[in-house]
Amino acid sequence: MQWLEYLPLIAKGALSTVELALVALLLALSLGLITALAKLSGKPWLVVPAQIYTTLIRGVPDLALMLLIFYTIQIGINQITDKLMLGHFEIDPFVAGVMTLGFIYGAYFAETFRGAFLAIDRGQAEAASAYGLSGLQTFQKVLLPQLVRFALPGISNNWQVLVKATALVSIIGLSDLVMAAQEAGRSTHRTLMFMLLAGAVYFCLSAFSSLLLYWIKSRSAGWVREAEL
Amino acid sequence: MIDLFQTYWQSFLWSDGQQWSGVAVTLMLLIVSTLGGFALSIPLALGRVSSSRALSAVIWLYTYTFRTTPLYVQLLIIYSGLYSLEFIQNTAVLNNFFRDAYCCTLLAFVLNECAYMTEILVGSIRASSRGEVEAGKAFGLSSTVLNLKVILPSALRRALPAYSNEVIFMLHGTTLAFTATVPDILKVARDVNAETYATFTTYGLASLLYLLISFGIIAAFHRSEKRWLKHLRPRKAEAVSTTVPLIKKGSYV
Repeated sequence: MQWLEYLPLIAKGALSTVELALVALLLALSLGLITALAKLSGKPWLVVPAQIYTTLIRGVPDLALMLLIFYTIQIGINQITDKLMLGHFEIDPFVAGVMTLGFIYGAYFAETFRGAFLAIDRGQAEAASAYGLSGLQTFQKVLLPQLVRFALPGISNNWQVLVKATALVSIIGLSDLVMAAQEAGRSTHRTLMFMLLAGAVYFCLSAFSSLLLYWIKSRSAGWVREAEL
Repeated sequence: MIDLFQTYWQSFLWSDGQQWSGVAVTLMLLIVSTLGGFALSIPLALGRVSSSRALSAVIWLYTYTFRTTPLYVQLLIIYSGLYSLEFIQNTAVLNNFFRDAYCCTLLAFVLNECAYMTEILVGSIRASSRGEVEAGKAFGLSSTVLNLKVILPSALRRALPAYSNEVIFMLHGTTLAFTATVPDILKVARDVNAETYATFTTYGLASLLYLLISFGIIAAFHRSEKRWLKHLRPRKAEAVSTTVPLIKKGSYV
């Protein structure tokens, strides 16, 4: 059972996939929230860049963007280190993966958040300011909790897409689940088995996150009762 | 930069001299996989909403598996995984099929796209109006006629906005073809990058081409939504008054 030796490698790969997805999620959520606020601010110097960001990113395939961002940053860094006479510096593939995925999915999250903001009743913010809450307080205590509820279906969708998109980072050289499976398959001549195993891990990840998201949804719904069909 | 365009514009658009490449290949992959997926999704969606529990469960398992695993993994399973099986290498037909990069890529793309399109169509079939179906049954329509003439026409129309998203996601997915050596836009960009080291220009150009294709898809779907979803547009107030027929004095109506 030579192939059993490769299971720790697969487990390590799976762990780095999960880590990558979670850190990229955090980055994408914050970037998305900022972009959504910029889009809704009504100030042209904020709206226009935010609009360009979301349109460009969502119109271009994530893999093409990933290669563009990854190689361009690397070349830029090389040029800077050459000018400053510093040694050669390689970007860590994990950092590159997080940055590119976070940057790309930030655009998708921005649209989700924008929709959720628009779904909140205008009267809520008006009532809050009538009670004398400051802008920040209104955002924190009134808008944000409702935002979570409205944005949750979109966030769940984007999260599932993001987990699957992490498979692409093996192309720019990060040793994630897919790369581990490829390596193990090559050295044991059992490519099919290891690839199926990798697929099964993604399947389980997705099924597990559906359960988790369902639990969060039922918690965040709180006072709201949906129509029974 | 201009030199680069002059030398490589042809391989970016349709041919690198020996074979099809670039935009032509990407569009071919996109069209075949969406049309193939669409054609297969109709019987599968009907099976999934049918009263047979077993059939529905099997189709659900297929769509769930293909929707929860990355397309890249599916492509690797089909392209490098299945070919390592001995019986495939020993059967002439299968051997020829799985050795061809285009066949493998298209098979993976069609299967993946079909899973998504099936679920979209299932959602929109389930949203069919109960009365419409009941009326169809009351008229004595057979289940085939009911599906073809009542349920599918309105379900497909309702699915149109979701299809436009799905086609754009498929366009994003076609970029994976280069991992199986299919010369699509991204493969051309990688090759040109390897020859010229003009990284930003080559990948930027590839991204721009993809962006233009996305805009083309969006425009096409806007047009078709205008045409097929005309009846769902919010009605304008003044339009109502003009459609009320005027009864002429002395007519018998």
